[in-house]
Amino acid sequence: MIPAPFAYARPSTIEEALQAIADGGEDVKVLAGGQSLIPVMRLRLAAPETLVDLTRVAELRGVREDGDMLVIGAMTTHADVLTDPLLAQYGQLIVQATETVADRQVRRRGTFGGALAHADPAGDLPAVALALDAEFVLAGPGGRRTVPAAEFFVDYLTTALEEGELLVEIRVPKLGEGWGVRYEKFNRVVQAWSIVAVAAAVRREGGRIAEARIGLTNMGPTPLRASATEAALVGVDVSLETVTAAAAQAAEGTSPSNDLNAQADYRQHLAQVLTRRAVAAAAGL
Amino acid sequence: MTAVEDPTSAVDLPPAKEVGQARRRKEDARLITGKTTWTDNMVLPGMLHLAVLRSPVAHGRITHLDVSAAKERPNVVAVYTGRDLAEEQGSLPCAWPVTPDMVNPGHPSIAVEQINHVGEAVAIVVARSRTAAADALEAIDVDYEPLPVVLDMEQAVQEGSPLVHDSTTSNTSYHFVFDAGEAGTGGDTEQAFADAEVTVSRRFVQQRLIPAFMEPRSVVVQPSGDSYTMWSATQIPHILRVMAAMVTGIPEHKLRVIAPDVGGGFGGKLQVNPEEILCLLIARRLGKPVKWTETRGESLMTAHHGRDQVQFIDVAADRDGTVRGLRVRLLADMGAYLRLITPGVPALGAFMFPGIYKFPAYRFECDGVFTNKVPTDAYRGAGRPEATFAIERIMDELAVELDMDPLELRRKNWINTEEFPFTTVAGLEYDSGDYHQATEQALELLGYDELRAEQKRRRDSNDPVQLGIGFSTFTEMCGLAPSRVLGSLAFGAGGWEQASIRMLPTGKVEVVTGSTPHGQGHETAWSQIVADELGVPFEDVEVLHGDTAISSRGLDTYGSRSLVVGGTAVVKAAEKVVEKARVIAAHLLEANADDLEFTGGKFTVRGTPGAGVGIQEVALAIFAAHDYPEGVEPTIDAEATFDPENFSFPHGTHICAMEIDTETGFAKIRKYACVDDVGTIVNPLIVEGQVHGGLAQGIAQAMYEEAIYDAEGNLTTGSFVDYLVPAASDLPHFDTGNTVHVATSNPLGAKGVGEAGCIASTPAVVNAALDAVRHLGVTDIRMPLTPERVWRAIHAGGDGGDRAAQGSNAYGGARTTESGIQEAAQ
Ligand SMILES: Cc1cc2nc3c(=O)[nH]c(=O)nc-3n(C[C@H](O)[C@H](O)[C@H](O)COP(=O)(O)OP(=O)(O)OC[C@H]3O[C@@H](n4cnc5c(N)ncnc54)[C@H](O)[C@@H]3O)c2cc1C
Repeated sequence: MIPAPFAYARPSTIEEALQAIADGGEDVKVLAGGQSLIPVMRLRLAAPETLVDLTRVAELRGVREDGDMLVIGAMTTHADVLTDPLLAQYGQLIVQATETVADRQVRRRGTFGGALAHADPAGDLPAVALALDAEFVLAGPGGRRTVPAAEFFVDYLTTALEEGELLVEIRVPKLGEGWGVRYEKFNRVVQAWSIVAVAAAVRREGGRIAEARIGLTNMGPTPLRASATEAALVGVDVSLETVTAAAAQAAEGTSPSNDLNAQADYRQHLAQVLTRRAVAAAAGL
Repeated sequence: MTAVEDPTSAVDLPPAKEVGQARRRKEDARLITGKTTWTDNMVLPGMLHLAVLRSPVAHGRITHLDVSAAKERPNVVAVYTGRDLAEEQGSLPCAWPVTPDMVNPGHPSIAVEQINHVGEAVAIVVARSRTAAADALEAIDVDYEPLPVVLDMEQAVQEGSPLVHDSTTSNTSYHFVFDAGEAGTGGDTEQAFADAEVTVSRRFVQQRLIPAFMEPRSVVVQPSGDSYTMWSATQIPHILRVMAAMVTGIPEHKLRVIAPDVGGGFGGKLQVNPEEILCLLIARRLGKPVKWTETRGESLMTAHHGRDQVQFIDVAADRDGTVRGLRVRLLADMGAYLRLITPGVPALGAFMFPGIYKFPAYRFECDGVFTNKVPTDAYRGAGRPEATFAIERIMDELAVELDMDPLELRRKNWINTEEFPFTTVAGLEYDSGDYHQATEQALELLGYDELRAEQKRRRDSNDPVQLGIGFSTFTEMCGLAPSRVLGSLAFGAGGWEQASIRMLPTGKVEVVTGSTPHGQGHETAWSQIVADELGVPFEDVEVLHGDTAISSRGLDTYGSRSLVVGGTAVVKAAEKVVEKARVIAAHLLEANADDLEFTGGKFTVRGTPGAGVGIQEVALAIFAAHDYPEGVEPTIDAEATFDPENFSFPHGTHICAMEIDTETGFAKIRKYACVDDVGTIVNPLIVEGQVHGGLAQGIAQAMYEEAIYDAEGNLTTGSFVDYLVPAASDLPHFDTGNTVHVATSNPLGAKGVGEAGCIASTPAVVNAALDAVRHLGVTDIRMPLTPERVWRAIHAGGDGGDRAAQGSNAYGGARTTESGIQEAAQ
């Protein structure tokens, strides 16, 4: 289909981008990889007055280290993520989840920042960012601010980004020695969105679980943490029994939707099974 | 791929040089790169673009329609409503009145007063660009008065149901019956059931599918004086020309239809589309070329759908497994209108329900039912996949009831190879085959014994992942069709095919075929055939098709007919070329025509070594025409029309091994092996490609695809996000093989392969899934086998199809099926 007419700006710096947004009129949309935005524009479900295309803003793209943190530019594409050496070393959970996103063509264009800013509960990266307690660096006309993941995802397709603001970069802790991770995605065909998915990062100390971070994809209007399971795992011996018992609480506090792929009760069941599998794998079982 | 030649059947074939070779397809480079004549690539000077406003309501009356603002939009040339075109649009044709009293309410190309399905055309904008046309749609003001929506066939046929069409007295379009007892091809079915030791009854649901061809539909019409040229992404340029002439009143000789390269159809482009007629009408009005190309969303929503049946099937048998009778009652969803062969699809299936089994008695009944959905029509297999599914599923159910091995039950009842030709209870004469051989070979390909052992291990250890094995031992009727048979079924056309061969002065050969390809590889296969027949190089043959001005006679491509019927016409035309050339060659060689031998493209005189002339040289000689016999026309070109005397009957054994994750319900094909007998194989690469594609579509029906309407009649699966077409990554490796038993109804011995994989695979997959979880109490799972359905069937019983509870699916969910026939008879 054909989108409604729109004005178009293609800045090359963050500053220019902020200016273009400020100048863009009533309804401005930022265009990253366009893999979520263009489909809704084609259907005329969105008809922005101005599009500010970020693809030429070089400073938004790439991954760097900052002490114990990795800093991922918002315009880093999914394909970049899959080949980045720092992420290969410290960001395996992000890499695993990104591998499950769509197909090659979409991963070439779609971006890490775009996927997070879009905040689709069925998207794979929000739950990962939440599980990792990522920090979101937002730039606006009045300067920069940092928002923790727990506050970034506000509602269905809604984030803490204010009008006129840009997501600039995402800071995540390096997961090194002792950590095991697993992204367990459940969908019907390889290229589809998650019906449910579970992102698990587990730190072992000896035969015990010292720390567990579990993010749930598509179990509510925003990504969620499986907090009850996380708590139940801390300090337990690594065994299938303990993991299974803890995973049984994975659906607590969730409110998944009903749709063509699954009804809510089935999603809650899946969350338990997938949490067990993800945690078991992350814990090296 | 392995091929087993059956020495007893491979007789009398012409010396095969090209035929049998796995030639790469000569058309693929341009098709794959898209650097070709797709209709949407057409640009004509002054061409205008159409955009269609489509109804968002499924059933209603247009109470207000104002297009004046749209007319004022930039670059808009005209806007038309149904009222503007009412006088001239006529009704889209239905060529298959399956019963004399079939009710056809007529099918306007654009709604005038009443809307009968979501997506029906309401207004058309004509603009100088495609984008301007799309933008102007937003300025059209329209109100609808809603009418009650009819979606569920089982409710639609009840007394007192709201009607789709006011002009009818019920939603039933027709009641078609085939009774073998009455036809004299079998015994009394009621008696067979009354006497039966065992009966099994089931209700199966054939969900609605969307053909989902890759190239969207596209039409260009160019007026020139009082003549019109139409380019369309169609499977049927020849049929379209006749039909469009009849609908619009444009004289047939003033209308030329061209199907350039067409990117897939699967039956979905076997249609006379509303937009084809609308383009003609508007080009006629404006005197300017117009183009319409659909979006993917329009395609999924408004191009015809396929399948959509509720099947009540009963089988009667002796305790030892010998089958005694078969009874089928169908409800077939026509959708809102009857399109080209809408009513005929389930009726064609009537003849395939008995499958490969020796049923002594058979009765088939079908109600065609109107609902407020897009019409159904041909989709790969058209009637035969539905029939094959039902029979192959119920054979498994009977095996369970009898506590028999499903393969043992099949062996006991199938036609043995020495029994061919075999006339079935449905009156068809099956040509050839060996079901035993194909089955043995498929078992070996699968590694059957090993997988059965693994299945037992998993079952014994209560593994969360269970394994099942499912069979489909199928046959189907191909090569549509003997014209007289079509006549007896009230089909509006014949089933012959035409070909002509033009020998060019340089010795190159043009083959004109009436069988219009849309991706099958005709150009390659026809070249192979002609290369052998005329003894010319493969590269010297060019195949022309798809233009009614070039190939004036033809009946196009569907029903796995092209090679069997169209290829045979090519053979016959080539034979005539050789005979005509023989006369010229004899003259040139100063020999008696009867003394000439023709091999390897060369005429030689028997007993006179050295003397000879090639057919390509003859072509030049007769072009010059300086020296040719008296009383002979100076050409060796020839044409032939072939009307088959019988269908051909490919068969095969498909075996699926399926893993079911009982914790999540996820079904995964572990292994898939099939052995198909498609008669003579002209090109093994093309055959295997067709089998692979067919398997993908058949497996897709079993596991992925379903067109779902919500309670208001909106198509919820309106994009590829929701309508799940599997990709290569979702499908297993296929272990394929062949046996060869030649068809007896055509000189090539070919049986047709275009639909086999699609027809055979679906029940094998579902049978495999059930075999994996039957011990957990599951007796049926509704297609497609979504993880949720499988999980619910395992953990909550029923067939898992519980969406009806939410009112989002037409046919209800889990239902005990023991009372199938009684229920349907009410
Ligand atoms: C066929 C297909 C399948 C897909 N499957 C999956 C899947 O399985 N899993 C999955 O997770 N995703 C999937 N996606 C979505 C994909 O991951 C997208 O890349 C992603 O959701 C959006 O990223 P984008 O860069 O394309 O953003 P865009 O589409 O350009 O933008 C999305 C939204 O975010 C806003 N935005 C983008 N960048 C910024 C920024 N820096 N600051 C502020 N706002 C911003 C835009 O204004 C817009 O509203 C799929 C997409 C397609 C087309």
